[in-house]
Order: sequence, then C-alpha cells, then structure tokens
Amino acid sequence: MAVAVTPGPPSAPSDDRPRTIVSPVSAGDRIFRGVLRASGLTVLFITGAILLFLVLRSLTAFGAVGFRFFTTSTWFLSTNQFGIAAILPLGILIAIIALVIAVPVGLATALFISEYAPPRLRRTLIALIDLMAAIPSIIVALFALYFVMPRFLGTCAWIAHHLGFIPFFHVSLPNAPASYVGSTFIAGVMVSVMVIPIITSLSRQVFSQAPQGEREAAYALGSTKWGMIRTVVFPYGRAGVIGASMLGLGRALGETIVVSFILTPVYLFNWHVLEAGGNSVTYMIANYVLQQGAKGISALFAAGLVLFTMTLGINTLAAIIISRSRSGATASAD
Amino acid sequence: MVTQDAQSIAGAGASPAGTAPAGTPTQDADRKVRIVRVSMEGTATLCGAALGSLGLVWLLYERVLPFTGALGFWLCWYAVFMLLYAAMARIQWDRRDVINKVTTVAVSGAAVAVLAVVFGTDLYTLSRGLPSLFHVSYFTQSLAFAGPSSPLDIGGVAHAAIGTLEQITLATLFAVPLAVATAVFLSEVGGRLARPVRIIVEAMTALPDIIAGLFIYALFILTLGMQKSGLAAALALTVTMMPIIARASEVVLRLVPGTLREASMALGSSQWRTAWNVVLPTARPGLATAVVLGMARGIGETAPVLVVSGVTKEFNFNPLSGPQMSLPLFIWNYVHIEGVTPQYIARGFGAGVALVIIVLALFTLARKLGGTAPGELSKRQRRQLARQGARV
Repeated sequence: MAVAVTPGPPSAPSDDRPRTIVSPVSAGDRIFRGVLRASGLTVLFITGAILLFLVLRSLTAFGAVGFRFFTTSTWFLSTNQFGIAAILPLGILIAIIALVIAVPVGLATALFISEYAPPRLRRTLIALIDLMAAIPSIIVALFALYFVMPRFLGTCAWIAHHLGFIPFFHVSLPNAPASYVGSTFIAGVMVSVMVIPIITSLSRQVFSQAPQGEREAAYALGSTKWGMIRTVVFPYGRAGVIGASMLGLGRALGETIVVSFILTPVYLFNWHVLEAGGNSVTYMIANYVLQQGAKGISALFAAGLVLFTMTLGINTLAAIIISRSRSGATASAD
Repeated sequence: MVTQDAQSIAGAGASPAGTAPAGTPTQDADRKVRIVRVSMEGTATLCGAALGSLGLVWLLYERVLPFTGALGFWLCWYAVFMLLYAAMARIQWDRRDVINKVTTVAVSGAAVAVLAVVFGTDLYTLSRGLPSLFHVSYFTQSLAFAGPSSPLDIGGVAHAAIGTLEQITLATLFAVPLAVATAVFLSEVGGRLARPVRIIVEAMTALPDIIAGLFIYALFILTLGMQKSGLAAALALTVTMMPIIARASEVVLRLVPGTLREASMALGSSQWRTAWNVVLPTARPGLATAVVLGMARGIGETAPVLVVSGVTKEFNFNPLSGPQMSLPLFIWNYVHIEGVTPQYIARGFGAGVALVIIVLALFTLARKLGGTAPGELSKRQRRQLARQGARV
C-alpha cells in the first residue's frame, strides 16, 4: 500500500489534487467500534488489575522488610528475615539452562519444518508442534519425575565426574547418588520441553516468510541448502528468532508445575547446577501459598510481583521485536 | 509445486547443488523432474555412520567405561554419530558439501528428538495409567471413600473429571467472546490503540500461569471474601486462555483476503456488517481451531487452579460454591502433595490418562475443524466447482 500521494503530471493545473475522501460512519459502525475497542481495553485493564492487586497485597511484606526483601536469602517469616536473593536467581538459572537447550533445538526444528521437511509432512509437523504446546505441564512433570529423572541421574553423575573441574558442574559429594536428585539442571532440561514449542512455532513463522526470490537467487549462485539458509533465511528471521527466544525466556521463568515436581527446595544460591536442590519464585508460590498466614501470603505476593514485572517486561520487549519483524508480512497479506 | 518424492535426509545424497527450490518449471511435462535424488553413496554413508557409532558407543559405554543411564547412551551415540558422519563425508566430498550434509542431519536429528518427546510424554502417561482404567470405579466414583492405600477398585476420578468439564466450559464462555472481540478489534478496527493491545496480548500469552491464580486469589478470596470454588478456578483459567485464543484468532483473521472486505464495502455494507457477514464466516474454521486449541491449553493448566479451586474428595456439581476438584489438580494433589503410597501415584497416572485423552480429542477436533486455510476449498467443494466448470 503506497502512502505517498502521487502528484499529477507537471502540465496539470494546480487545483487538480486528489479529493479528500470522507466516508460517513453510521451509528451501527460507531457502536461496533466502541464495543470492540472496549474489549481491547479490557485486556489492558486485566493486566493493570493484576499489577494493582499484586502491589496492594505485597505492601505488608514490603512494609515489614523494605528493601531487604531483595537482599535476603532466607525465608524466616517470624523473625522478618525473608527475601528473594536466593530464590529469584535460582529460578533464573533454571530458565537459562532451559533456554540453552530450547533455543538450538527449537530453531533446528523450525528450520526442519520450514526448509527440509517434504511439503506433504509440513502440516502434520506443524500440528505436532501445536500439540506439544498443548501437552499439559502436569503430564510433562509426571514424565520428568518418573521417566526422565531415574534415567538421567547417571548422565549427571558422568558430567560431574569428568567435567567437574568446571566450577559450574562441580558437585561436592560426587559419589553419593542422592546428590544429583532434584537438581537445577534436571529442572532446566525438563522446562525446556515447555519452551521448545513457543520458540519453534514463532521462528518457523518468520523463517517461512523469507522471500522466495532471494532463496532462488542463492540457489542460482550455486549455494547449497545450508548456504541458502545461512545467507537468506537467517538474516530475514533474526529479529523474530530473538523475540521468540525472549518469549521463551518469559515462559521458562514462569513454569511452575514441572519445577515443583522436580526440585528439592533450598534457600541458598548455588552455582553448582548438578547438585541436589534448587528453587524458584513459582515453586515457592505453588507450594506454600495455601499454608501460610497473612504475612507469609503477602511475602509470596511480593515475590510474585517481582516475577510478574520481570516477565511482563521481557515479554513486552519480545512482543515489540516480533511485531516489528512481522510488520512487512502484514502489509503483504492485505 | 513439484513434490519432493525422496526423503530429504537420505536424499541430500550426492547431489550438492541438486537441492534446487521447488517450483522449477518443467520443460518436458511428461517426465517428472526429481529434485532430490537418493544416491547409493549418501544412504550408505548415513547408515554406516549410524551403525558404526552405535557399535562404538555400545562398546565404550556398556563395556569399557562405567557409564549408566539410557538417555546418556543416546546422547553419546548422537555425538559420536555426528563426528563419524562428518569424517566419512569428508573422505568423499568437499568441505562445503560436508557442512551441508552435516547440518541437514543435525537439523533432522533435533526434529526427531522433539517428536520423540511429544510422543514419549503422552505414551508414557498412557502406559502407566492404563491399568487404573480397568476398574469401573475409575469412571463412576469420587475419592470420598478411598484412603491412601485403598486398592484401585475403590474410588475414581469422576469428581475431578466433572470439575474439569464445568470449569473449562465456564472459562470458554468467558474467554471466547472477549478474545474474539479483541481479535476483531485488532484486525478490523485498528487505530492507535491496536498496537499496545496487540503487544500486551502477545506478552500475556507467555505470562506465568501461577500469577493468574494469584490474581484471582487476591481479588475474589482475599478482597471480596468469597469461598474457593470452581467459578474462581474458571476465572483464573479465563485469564490464561484469553490471550492465547485472542492471538491465534487474530492471526487467522489477518489471513482473510482484503479483497473480500473491499468487495463487501463496495456493495455498500457497513463495517460491522462486513465483519459479521464476511470476515468472521470466512475465518470460521480457523477461529474454531483457535478456540479448541485454547481449550486444550486451558484444560491442562494446573498452576492457575491450584490456588483458587480448593481440594476435595467429594463430588461437587455446583461450581458456584465449595471446593471443586479438577483433573490436573487431582494429579498435583495426589502425586506431588500427598504422593506417599503407590496407589495414590497410580491414581495420579490414571487421571493423567483422562487428561491426555481429552487433550488429544480436542486436538483432533481442532485439526478437523480447521483443516483448511481461509479461502481454501475443501476437496468436496473443489470437486463441485470442477463439475460446474465442466458443465459450462
């Protein structure tokens, strides 16, 4: 859609301008637009209400400990020593591990679907990725706890024994099998299952929008398929991939059920991802919100507020990046 | 489009530049040009690398080095396989070609792994939970008379299934009008407000589920002093489902060809008439898919309901009052919170089977409903058109 108004030929008289088009808006249309606009505003309103209620409910906790909420690692409510200094970074660590796995796997799957898979299979594969997004997190949690964890502990032990010199993979008691159960690493690996479908479906969309002409140009210049992907598909999809990964980060930070099933809770930040024990804000809320008094609930609301603002910030940024990368496609669809 | 007959992995065979884009015009209409060829060497290299690495890893993993764990075995196999394949390809072809082949195999491997996870999670739950389906009580009873170590023929998941159905129905009733109206607003009205709404909707799709539960908990139970109930759970589900349905619907509505809208406008209909009589009917299959997929997502959500719906062992048909169980919450409660006895864990897997079956059924329904893109004709419609065309 060209926006610029083309001026008439130079010989045309000066009053030959395109006339302004006034379309009368009927009353029905005005109501129609009003109703739709109201429902659009409802979304913004709900988001605002969530923020408002989290703030209101967390005032008690912030009143009790103030800024120390961000610097305290322990969770002793009676002595006013509680904070998220350990819980939040432990949760972020899980999300990072999940992304380290989910981004390459998700991108490769997206590439396979958009570039490598035979056209007949493509729709089925897209449907299966949708199905993966619809698998309930509680089913993934059951799978993680009873199928993956017992079979994965040996691998964790192997990494700790042979790569333990890297501080990240250090385990203090590498010979005790119990020191690998419920670790941040296993939680991260399983959370990646929840993140892969988001990254795959969003980046598949941007990959498939890479222009056909330039693909053919790359082939005509003698490129292999991988060469074409590297020079045409990736540059076109870069913004979308970044946005998709950030949206995946938001999802990973908010994953509750899988994390709760796997982790053994600890209240001390620990870089050693293979060692038993981890925590996250979502774990704390899901497991303790129903068992605590007014102050405990308020403290959990405060933790929820921090998580909400963080993920909302990340997701909004991601959504802006994605909408930019998609804007060209919108114009061509109309 | 020329269909690619050959399988692409093995088919990347010995034709480096032969992977031309689909759609190359064929000069000779009688002979079909095969773009991807399966060559003897390509297939043999692939199989050789796979078998060779399998043997090597088996020898190292099981016999020489003290490793354990089935997953570790396959991870090692994959790494060795990639190395071996790269080395074998390097002997035969040039560098550029090797990179192309190795990336093809790596990309396909990732896709296969993802598919294995999709099927693995579902099949594992089905296989572990199937035994509990052989008891009549599973379908007809609640857990009211069953203790932690009661055998499986006492008590079932009927109360949780009823809760899930009622809650998802309510949540769908709340979420769908709002979500579709928002989607129509984004695609038909637009304006300055559309951009922030679209961005917030997209951001809300990946919002922590537990926050939706906390929000409803704060609003209904702490502030308004209401009881925990199925309605509160349905509202929490609404908050999580609404953005998902809205986003999917907007994508579908954007696929409606603009020419249809213009034709309707040119015939003098107003904007709401156009939306109601042209845009929405055209997008109906896609919208149905969006709604059903949203329901599938909502049914499995545990985090929003676990704070607000309350746990009960009894039947509760009334979502408006008293705690109401649902299937995900059932699993959460009896496996995670009270997972003390094998019977409870077996019951949890039993409820998991019900959940997986419901999700798969909804999913199949979604594919059936939305098999066609907007404007695309079904096979029957196409045959009809062809018949009409032949008659004229």
